[in-house]
Amino acid sequence: MDTKFLLQMRNISKEYFGNRVLKEVNLDVKEGEIHALIGENGAGKSTLMNILFGMPVIHSTGGFEGEIFFKGKKVEIKTPKDAMDLEIGMVHQEFMLLPGFSVTENIKLNREKTKHNLISRLFGSKLKSLDFKSMRKDARIALDTLGLSIDEMLPIAGLPVGYMQFVEIARELDKKNIKLLVFDEPTAVLTEVEAETLINTMKMLADKGISILFITHRLEEVLKVSNNITVLRDGEVVSSLPAKDATVEKLAELMVGRKIERVSSKRKRIDELNKKAGNTILKIEGLKVEMPGERVRGVTLEIKKGEIFGLGGLAGQGKIGIANGIMGLYPGEGKIIVNNKEIQLNNTASALKNGLAFVSEDRRGTGLLLDQPIDLNIAITAIQCQNKFLRKSLINLADRRSITNHALKMIEELDIRCTGPHQLVRRLSGGNQQKVCIARALTLEPDILLVSEPTRGIDVGAKKLVLDLLVKLNREKGMTIVITSSELGELRSICDRIAIIYNGKVEGILTPDASDKEFGLLMAGEKSRRREVS
Amino acid sequence: MEEANRTEALNVSNIITAVGYPRLIICSFLLFLLISAALLGLPLGQLVSSILVRLGMNGILVLAMIPSIQSGIGPNFGLSLGVVCGLVAATLSIELDMVGLSAFAFSIIVAAILGSIVGYFYGLLLNRVKGQEMTVGTYTGFSVVSFMCIFWILAPYKSPEMIWPYGGDGLRVTITLQDRFDKVLNNLFAFKLFNVEIPTGLLLFFALFCFMVWLFMRTKTGLAMLAAGSNPRFAEASGINVNSCRIIGIVISTALGAIGIVVYAQSYGFIQLYTAPLFMPFFAVASILIGGASIKKATITHAVIGTFLFQALLVVALPVANEVVANNLSEVVRIIISNGMILYALTRKEAGGDEVEAG
Repeated sequence: MDTKFLLQMRNISKEYFGNRVLKEVNLDVKEGEIHALIGENGAGKSTLMNILFGMPVIHSTGGFEGEIFFKGKKVEIKTPKDAMDLEIGMVHQEFMLLPGFSVTENIKLNREKTKHNLISRLFGSKLKSLDFKSMRKDARIALDTLGLSIDEMLPIAGLPVGYMQFVEIARELDKKNIKLLVFDEPTAVLTEVEAETLINTMKMLADKGISILFITHRLEEVLKVSNNITVLRDGEVVSSLPAKDATVEKLAELMVGRKIERVSSKRKRIDELNKKAGNTILKIEGLKVEMPGERVRGVTLEIKKGEIFGLGGLAGQGKIGIANGIMGLYPGEGKIIVNNKEIQLNNTASALKNGLAFVSEDRRGTGLLLDQPIDLNIAITAIQCQNKFLRKSLINLADRRSITNHALKMIEELDIRCTGPHQLVRRLSGGNQQKVCIARALTLEPDILLVSEPTRGIDVGAKKLVLDLLVKLNREKGMTIVITSSELGELRSICDRIAIIYNGKVEGILTPDASDKEFGLLMAGEKSRRREVS
Repeated sequence: MEEANRTEALNVSNIITAVGYPRLIICSFLLFLLISAALLGLPLGQLVSSILVRLGMNGILVLAMIPSIQSGIGPNFGLSLGVVCGLVAATLSIELDMVGLSAFAFSIIVAAILGSIVGYFYGLLLNRVKGQEMTVGTYTGFSVVSFMCIFWILAPYKSPEMIWPYGGDGLRVTITLQDRFDKVLNNLFAFKLFNVEIPTGLLLFFALFCFMVWLFMRTKTGLAMLAAGSNPRFAEASGINVNSCRIIGIVISTALGAIGIVVYAQSYGFIQLYTAPLFMPFFAVASILIGGASIKKATITHAVIGTFLFQALLVVALPVANEVVANNLSEVVRIIISNGMILYALTRKEAGGDEVEAG
């Protein structure tokens, strides 16, 4: 029985700083099969692959539990080199290519063919020269296998993205005797036609006896190409099934599925909000934002006064870009209307002065002055934008006492665990740093609070506290909150409406009690794809 | 939790980290030098007054580092720009035949104005080379000093006190201030205490500037600058214009450099032109780094302590070294300390640096 499987990962568990990201995951890949691994962002797919490849990030954070069997034998994979020696290849999500080198050189990098010359005969084989002729031949063979007609001597820089992806694959193919090839979201950057070619290539490779582990979000592709499917959710395997038993709907449901809290009370609230409809507080029209990796391509939304509005979707689809664009942190175009007043885009001060406040997803990079004390962190935006905490005299001197007193008030209100208002924020835990960010936004007394990824990188207990805090602000102070999050469960537990962003646009707006299937389909962009087809 | 912190604070190693190894080593070396000086029978009173004078005369130049570090530019290696502005102002006061405190005040004001203007353009330049301010600043300083060598020769100064006695064209390398504003501050309210001459006016003037910089760092603009320096992305998200904050920082820094050199000259008694300002920035940078500043964070305390340690070391080391080895080692010591300190500060890891975050 065991011999049938090429790769078996048994009871794999992994913790990052007390944060459990994988829980006793089992994964079996048969010889010559295409096995799909699907799951939301943060479900643990990348971590699992990092373990398989012995990436340094795994071992520098305390290693993992569990065992890996390859061809029936137990193996220890400590470095990527070990993985390569086992004949495992990987096509990365982000290209690992040298732009200035030619296609051939990239394919042959560090496995160059060499021949002797005069100097190398005298001084040793380190000085052998490259045998370009035979390297070109090898590269050509690999490219032909993929049906790629480009010149193998072209430099990588300037090639279309899709071609780069194929060069990556060609490099893995050129490694002879490759047994297992991992594709990490290979179709994410490809056009439909290119994706089609890729899928055919994968089938062809599988026919040659190479096993393929295929990681993706695109559910239709999964059904088209794979033999078996493993679904990960929250670090656990929720299902492992043959592709012939699966449908897009079923997979979507498995991928997203969560129990939803407080559904009934939700219904009532939504009805109440609907009654007050027309009270639009924030209007976004045709917003486009040039945020690298999170491009927004024309979003139109209306957000009602007093609601908690969620922005969900998979990573890279543009949900993060929306709040950043509104706040003018990345160049954007379109129209933003707050309280019937249009605000200037690309001007952070204008957004802050018109009743918007923002808690950034990049907490340590954008959200905090890590080497400054808590009280200054909380007060500084209000000082700069609203002239608060200043003693008005000839010069605008900051009023240290009122800054400290305000910080003390916030520390008590938000329950920030610290040694005092003068502690440096660097020394705080993630959850408490997040509370400082929220305190800073609250100090602006905004009408609308934009919160991005409020629970990213903080532990489970603190997550709940932060979410409860947001709900409390909404209920008690009537603050309108727009929350962006990769965790759908989180959005569904606190939001009144949730917009799912796909490919930089709104794919659809759902209420939190909509079914898992509906959410799953929107997140995978199946709806707009179907629209295109019909 | 709190108790644990308290016992930790008492830990010896924590005290050492708080004070910092370099300061600890320099302090003990200084102590060692002072004891040797006493044993060798050197006049301690004179040494102490000399330390005080040098603290006052170099202090403002070191203070000039604070706004540039706080605004995120790092130590102002282009301080020579400010220095030449100050020199122009001082020579101008002589050319206009001014004397005494009024000449000094005139020089200070003109120096500040010139320094601000030059600083503005220097700031525009630095905003184009973010991340390489230190290298660019060093070479800007070098170039400007060399350019000014031409200026000193060609400028149409007429005062016979300043131009070469034979040719009649161009300024001398060293111009005496004896009949102008030599030691006007040093002698202001000066008194003697236990054989120690206290340069009250000079120290008060330095204290005044410390206070002004301290005050500025607490204003709205000062805080904006602090935010821009500690985290530019944060500052942008708070609606702060990072580029203009950097320009303000470098304008103040350059103006302080210009004022600083005038104070330096009045205490020294001479104006030194041509290549003299070339290495001024390095001593100022070294001083503030010795004081415990990093290239990202600096306070008034760092500047005062740093200037004191750096200058004290030089003042005491010179006579002791002369007694012991009979060779003039002072200049060598000065260069080793200042460059060593800069090297140390540039290579050390930022205290409390970022931990590796989970991928």
